[in-house]
Amino acid sequence: MAMNSTGRGTTRPETGEGGMPADTFSGNRGLAMEEPLIFEQGEPARAGVDLPEPPIAELRLGDVKPRSGIGLPGLSEPQVIRHFTRLSQKNYAIDAGLYPLGSCTMKHNPRLNEAMARLPGFADIHPLQPVATVQGALELIDSLARWLLDLTGMAAVAMSPGAGAHGEQCGMIAIRAALEARGDKRSRVLVPESAHGTNPATAAALGYAVDAIPGAADGRVDTAALAAKLGPDVAAIMLTNPNTCGLFEHDIIEIARLVHDAGALFYCDGANFNAIVGRVRPADLGIDAMHINLHKTFSTPHGGGGPGAGPVVLSHALASFAPASAVVRGPNGFSLAEHPEGSSFGRLKAFHGQMGMFVRALAYILSHGADGLLQASSDAVLNANYVLASLQDVMSPAFPGPCMHEALFDDRFLKETGVSTLDFAKAMLDEGYHPMTVYFPLAVHGAMLIEPTESESKESLDLFIATLRYLAERAKAGASEHFVAAPRLTPRRRLDETGAARKPVLRWRPEEQLDQAAE
Amino acid sequence: MRYLPLTQDDRAAMLARIGAGSVDDLFRDVPESARRSSVIEGLPSHLGELEVERRLKTLAARNLPAGSVPSFMGAGAYRHHIPAAVDHLIQRGEFLTSYTPYQPEVSQGTLQYLFEFQTQVALLTGMDVANASMYDGSTACAEAVMMANRVTKRSRAVLSGGLHPHYAEVTRTQARWTGFDAVDAPPDITGTEDLASLVDDTTSCIVVQNPSVFGHIRDLSALAEACHAKGALLVVVVTEIVSLGLLTPPGEMGADIVVAEGQSLGNALNFGGPYVGLFATRDKFVRQMPGRLCGETIDADGKRGWVLTLSTREQHIRREKATSNICTNSGLCALAFTIHLSLLGEAGFQKLARLNHAAAIGLADRLAKVPGVSVINRGFFNEFTIRLRGDAAAIVDRLAEQRILAGVPVSRLIPGKPELANLLLVAATETNTEADMDAFAAALAEVV
Amino acid sequence: MAMLKFTKDHEWIRVEGDEAVVGITDYAQQQLGDVVFVELPEIGKNVEQGRDAAVVESVKAASEVYAPVDGTVLAVNDALADEPATVNTDAQGKGWFFRLKLAKPAQLDSLMDEAAYTAFTAGLA
Repeated sequence: MAMNSTGRGTTRPETGEGGMPADTFSGNRGLAMEEPLIFEQGEPARAGVDLPEPPIAELRLGDVKPRSGIGLPGLSEPQVIRHFTRLSQKNYAIDAGLYPLGSCTMKHNPRLNEAMARLPGFADIHPLQPVATVQGALELIDSLARWLLDLTGMAAVAMSPGAGAHGEQCGMIAIRAALEARGDKRSRVLVPESAHGTNPATAAALGYAVDAIPGAADGRVDTAALAAKLGPDVAAIMLTNPNTCGLFEHDIIEIARLVHDAGALFYCDGANFNAIVGRVRPADLGIDAMHINLHKTFSTPHGGGGPGAGPVVLSHALASFAPASAVVRGPNGFSLAEHPEGSSFGRLKAFHGQMGMFVRALAYILSHGADGLLQASSDAVLNANYVLASLQDVMSPAFPGPCMHEALFDDRFLKETGVSTLDFAKAMLDEGYHPMTVYFPLAVHGAMLIEPTESESKESLDLFIATLRYLAERAKAGASEHFVAAPRLTPRRRLDETGAARKPVLRWRPEEQLDQAAE
Repeated sequence: MRYLPLTQDDRAAMLARIGAGSVDDLFRDVPESARRSSVIEGLPSHLGELEVERRLKTLAARNLPAGSVPSFMGAGAYRHHIPAAVDHLIQRGEFLTSYTPYQPEVSQGTLQYLFEFQTQVALLTGMDVANASMYDGSTACAEAVMMANRVTKRSRAVLSGGLHPHYAEVTRTQARWTGFDAVDAPPDITGTEDLASLVDDTTSCIVVQNPSVFGHIRDLSALAEACHAKGALLVVVVTEIVSLGLLTPPGEMGADIVVAEGQSLGNALNFGGPYVGLFATRDKFVRQMPGRLCGETIDADGKRGWVLTLSTREQHIRREKATSNICTNSGLCALAFTIHLSLLGEAGFQKLARLNHAAAIGLADRLAKVPGVSVINRGFFNEFTIRLRGDAAAIVDRLAEQRILAGVPVSRLIPGKPELANLLLVAATETNTEADMDAFAAALAEVV
Repeated sequence: MAMLKFTKDHEWIRVEGDEAVVGITDYAQQQLGDVVFVELPEIGKNVEQGRDAAVVESVKAASEVYAPVDGTVLAVNDALADEPATVNTDAQGKGWFFRLKLAKPAQLDSLMDEAAYTAFTAGLA
């Protein structure tokens, strides 16, 4: 079997002692409330909205009968507000604390962006209204597109992908379409070992064989190995720059030349654009396509897992293959190209793209301006290097500095302590910190990838650094039980992920159904 | 700069610890030719909030909000009233600014609402299990077809003539580039296409929208049996989720996979995005599902909690062999959906559906009386097709000048077909008043 | 008499005449952690030496299991569907994956015996 190299134990906590005693009647502890499911506290007749009686009782459904009950609970407005307020209080969030998540760019989400996105002129317009009635929306999309082109130096931008992975697919389809248009069917895509999983998943879905490029000792791609793998059957490489080890690929221009000389195209994963935005233009590095995560670099909120947006900047070679819809600026205003024409590769999503995220991203960009964006990326890189320099004596950097916007450590400093990267991460939770990205990139053992972003003050970083120092020293001093039993102070302690995967329970069921299932 | 906390003193102290003379030194790996340490020329400088507001409000003012005029637009996005509580709750920072719940101990808020969302979607669709959302209904539709291909080990999908043209195009695009066949049926204006005849034993699935893009509703039970007899799956698409407050759900008609657009609950029109894709299926197919799944478990103290589970289907683990490349999905939109549906509850959701249906009946009866207008549908939920004497797109533009958003011309979705040019899709929801409908009918009478 | 052989990819194969039973080794299950699911091949499928035959999943990883030799799948261990944990508790006994009809018994000569496999795993980092 192929031994998985994450080396990460599955979480199956030892139940019992170590947590906080349940010493209250209600189960609540001060402001930490226990909260059941909505299904466990509803009455079918209750509602949190007041609706009038339908004026017409007749049904005109054709051949289909109306349904009988659905099984939804009914709650009043106070109950709903209390329920979701209590849920929110169990969540960590950027508003509340630092998220050192490498490759996620958890920066501050400005509230101006939320206010602008909610203007009725943006929020209350239907995607298929006559274009004469939505000229402002089309101009906004065009303005954002122009900023993205100016910041990247690229020729064109496809605005419609719904998130980063969707953008990767957009860029890679454009590449494949361009190759096929010139009669060139190639079958392989090169992807570094250290790449994010969406990269090989995207390439494989498009029918490419994925060939891994090893890393060099300095944490960058092994350029010689890459060159050796290039050939007439390679369609593209997919590189992340800065890469997932937080390092700038110093050979990137040479790599681009080698790739183009071999007749292949260069896809860049733009997840780490925050390190270089306003300072380096990807077009100057020779790339052909790059997705931009608006929910990373351009501050649109992560929302607990989306929504995002993944516009893709394209070189001249790929511009004509971009998908529908696209905003077109004409002499008399803006229009929409909604139907794939000419060499467009098709459509990736209904309607025109994640307008709500466009408004937020443009508000962010206008607020920063070119000078602010350059300062933001500079501060992001400065903050990461400050963390690296401050902890390199007590933790183990995977590569010598300087780094870009994220600092990568491995678990050598935990050797023989009985504390794993996972345990270390769980102990951070009790200290009030969301852990850094762990076990990624796979190429580094027990990886810990720290990306503070530019949103952290020096004071915030100093406390974070001091806390990690404390934990590292404690681990080395042999206090492994402190880590293995962590977390103790969070709303829940370690959860049984093994049990969840072996016997998946993916929805609530009423008692009667559970009893039937048990019979 | 208001979003950047570091002061010059901070920066100097930090550089000293790092041992670098300037931040530029940290960028020494950037090739000389690509390196710049000054601002990209020609781009504007930073702006205060007031100025940003001015500029964006100017752009917003050039749009006609659907709620400010009589508005009857549907075709995959519907204007409903969203209770004030929804937007307040989703703007709580712990929801708005939280990350994907990969560290479950500090993400129980997100995980619990995802579990509630998954349950709601399963109940609405009449299916066993649902995921934690996709980008939207159209991408969920394409993913459903790809899942059907995996399950049946076949590679030919049939897209019925009532499927939203954008959804069909998204599915065809995936087909073309990921290597399967998606065969279209002609537009089914009358809602009478013979779907069972389109399925044979090379078919992985047939994709049927119910109500169709033209508004027709069908009992799909016989089609489900026909599919299963040939070893194919029935994929049902629902673009107006409120319809499931009234109609027999696809799960009770034998659907194998149900995908839907959830936008109608909790989410504004937003010019087409962000929306929220719903994806539901049978227990036996759960390991072939794309997207995140939230599951129940217990913690070290024996307390009930939730975690993301069955992650080995996903890109970050399975890489090349993942069921999908999706990573970020539509969490906050799913939360808005969950909150809105929690407020509506069983009684409220069913009443909302009946209000929508009643509004559409009221509108259909008025429009049918306008000379030169005929209502094609015998049955519908809240959207139906009318045939006009004249070009529908031109009529819609004229009515827009009179500040009425009259619906979506079929030609907007299916261009280049003169025989469809006089067809208009018209929707009515609980937000349309009788006065709105009277105004529409009167204005239409003038231009037809 | 049953012969027990091992691959470098941590599969074991117990030969019984012209059939053999295949699973993953105890070393492998320790590396994997808690097994949550096993994807077994279809009965009648032809497998090739060194190519994908099954998948074993833990919470955080999905690992390919390769066929140690060429053959045709005669039976699979359905009990693993309800109790994947058996792979952890008894990897080389009740945690078997599938039974093969051998196509090329000579391929067994290239595999390690128990002593060689034990030495091999001892040498792994």
